[in-house]
Amino acid sequence: MTRRLGTLLRGRSYALALLLALGGLAANALLQPSLLRPGVLSGNLLNTLPLVLVAAGQTLVVLGGGVDLSLGALVSLCNVTFVTLLAARASAAEVAWAATAALGLGLVGGLLNGACVALLRLQPIVATFATSFVFAGAALYVMPSPGGSVPQGLVQAYYSSPLGIPNFFWGVAALLLPWWAARRTRYGPYLYAVGGDARAAYVTGVPVALVWLTTYALAGLLAGLGALALTLSTGTGDPLVGGPMTLSSIVAVVLGGTRLRGGSGGLLGTVLGVVVLSTVQNIVAFLGVPSWWQTLINGVIVLLALASARLEVLLRRRGTWAGA
Amino acid sequence: MGRRVINPVILAVALAVGLFLLAGALQPGFLSLRQVYNVLRLAAFLGIIAAGQTLVILAGGEGIDLSVGAVATLGAILTFRLTAEWGAGPAILVALAAGLAIGGANGLGVTQLGVPPLVMTLGMTLVVEGLILAVTRGQLVGEVPRVLVALVGPTPVGAVPGVLLLWALLAGLVALLLARTRYGKHLYAVGTQRTVATLSGVRVHAVLVATYALSGLAASLGGVVILGYTQQVFLSLGDPYTLPSVAAVVVGGTALAGGQGSYWGTVVGAIVLTLLSSLLTGLQLPEALRQIIYGVVLLGLLSVYGRQRALRT
Repeated sequence: MTRRLGTLLRGRSYALALLLALGGLAANALLQPSLLRPGVLSGNLLNTLPLVLVAAGQTLVVLGGGVDLSLGALVSLCNVTFVTLLAARASAAEVAWAATAALGLGLVGGLLNGACVALLRLQPIVATFATSFVFAGAALYVMPSPGGSVPQGLVQAYYSSPLGIPNFFWGVAALLLPWWAARRTRYGPYLYAVGGDARAAYVTGVPVALVWLTTYALAGLLAGLGALALTLSTGTGDPLVGGPMTLSSIVAVVLGGTRLRGGSGGLLGTVLGVVVLSTVQNIVAFLGVPSWWQTLINGVIVLLALASARLEVLLRRRGTWAGA
Repeated sequence: MGRRVINPVILAVALAVGLFLLAGALQPGFLSLRQVYNVLRLAAFLGIIAAGQTLVILAGGEGIDLSVGAVATLGAILTFRLTAEWGAGPAILVALAAGLAIGGANGLGVTQLGVPPLVMTLGMTLVVEGLILAVTRGQLVGEVPRVLVALVGPTPVGAVPGVLLLWALLAGLVALLLARTRYGKHLYAVGTQRTVATLSGVRVHAVLVATYALSGLAASLGGVVILGYTQQVFLSLGDPYTLPSVAAVVVGGTALAGGQGSYWGTVVGAIVLTLLSSLLTGLQLPEALRQIIYGVVLLGLLSVYGRQRALRT
């Protein structure tokens, strides 16, 4: 059984993330028995949905060989826009308009990033760093200080479980199914080719600039979706809310087995990477360590998880030496 | 479409002069010696931190150090806490040693564990922030060494602030390090062609560990100096310097791909970025607008000379 599982997982980029996620959830359940009650687990998972969406967009960009440091600021911008446009007793049409505006803003932000990288050929790290100022400033302009609220019905709908399945799984399915479908079209090989070696892809006729543009645009759109999910879970607007999500999204992508250099990895790993990140936080919180130590332990565990792929190789090599 | 090659450092100098003149035109009094020293003093903080960033980026291989902000905060906080007990000298030494050690750990993670620099230094940021919380337990009590206040603080009219002399000294040292030592030659070799460097006998891993360690050292030195300016510590003290340190390197004409560039470029880059934000502050625009303009101008700067080669060449 374990051997068959091993064969199944060998060579899968998300294998390590899967093991870490399962191990993490098991450890978490031991420390916090209430985790296994359905409401608690689905609530915990649902809290990760915003980061899952943002990190999914980051994955697309990273797969194409880039990185997007502006996604957190873009989430903040979409969050405050959505809340500002929503009245407390908004009708369904008004909610739809506010959501469309927020998503559209996300898409426009993503297209701006894509244009800078794909058309102007700016280096992704610095270009998206620069646009992050534009988005963060715009978010402050829309809403200078935290506030606003969301109709209660929307929040209840977010935490509900249609057909008995928690919304987290609907969200993940809505993310992964189109992704798997898209990978079977021409777009899949194009994306991996561009991330693997842009110049070679260009020479063989891949529309490199177009692929880059779409990855950033989709990342912007997903940041908008993440912002909607975040707004429904926090129920309020905050011009700085997305800030920490940029870095978390990159860590989740790498934990999920996507190569930061591009061209290798996928979305399933990223979803698992987010689950790993959040279980680590849960475990540290439930270990009963003094709160001053929690950030440090959290950071060390994240570092070890990031290094684990290589650590495993190092340890195995040492084992062979001992045997030889 | 052939692009003329302009020396990026000269371009950055022209930009700095242009920005100074623009600021002078918009705000009478901006060009006074006092005001120029003020801007340069602020630029020194960024420039000192970006010295290490320059080395890391020169080393290539997607080299980047995103832990500099957290390390600067740690340096300031260690100095602040330990000065009361041990005196200024030992406190500053401990702060610098901590920066060196954390940078070294970054280098080991990158070389021995194969973690990409971006992620390694991000993860290290979390660890350093955790260290700060664990060490201080949220209580930030201590003392600012008087020597730092004298170094950074207000000076008599006409006198050059000490921190500028320190920065000039550092710039000279880094230039010597890059141009005259074996380490410098090896650093450029590693940044240009890592495989070739390895084959010609350069100990790539040793060079990289030393480079990240120096970056940690520069970051904590930056934090120590900033402490003399703020005269108090807070948990986000170094954060505003992390990404600008990368931007200063790029604006100074050092290629993010590595192997090409100089610290002089970074010095000018730090001045340009600091001028830009002082100019925007001086115009008394709301924070939101200021950030937007900063972002747009940065994009403009980058598209003038931060562009990568076109694919079809």
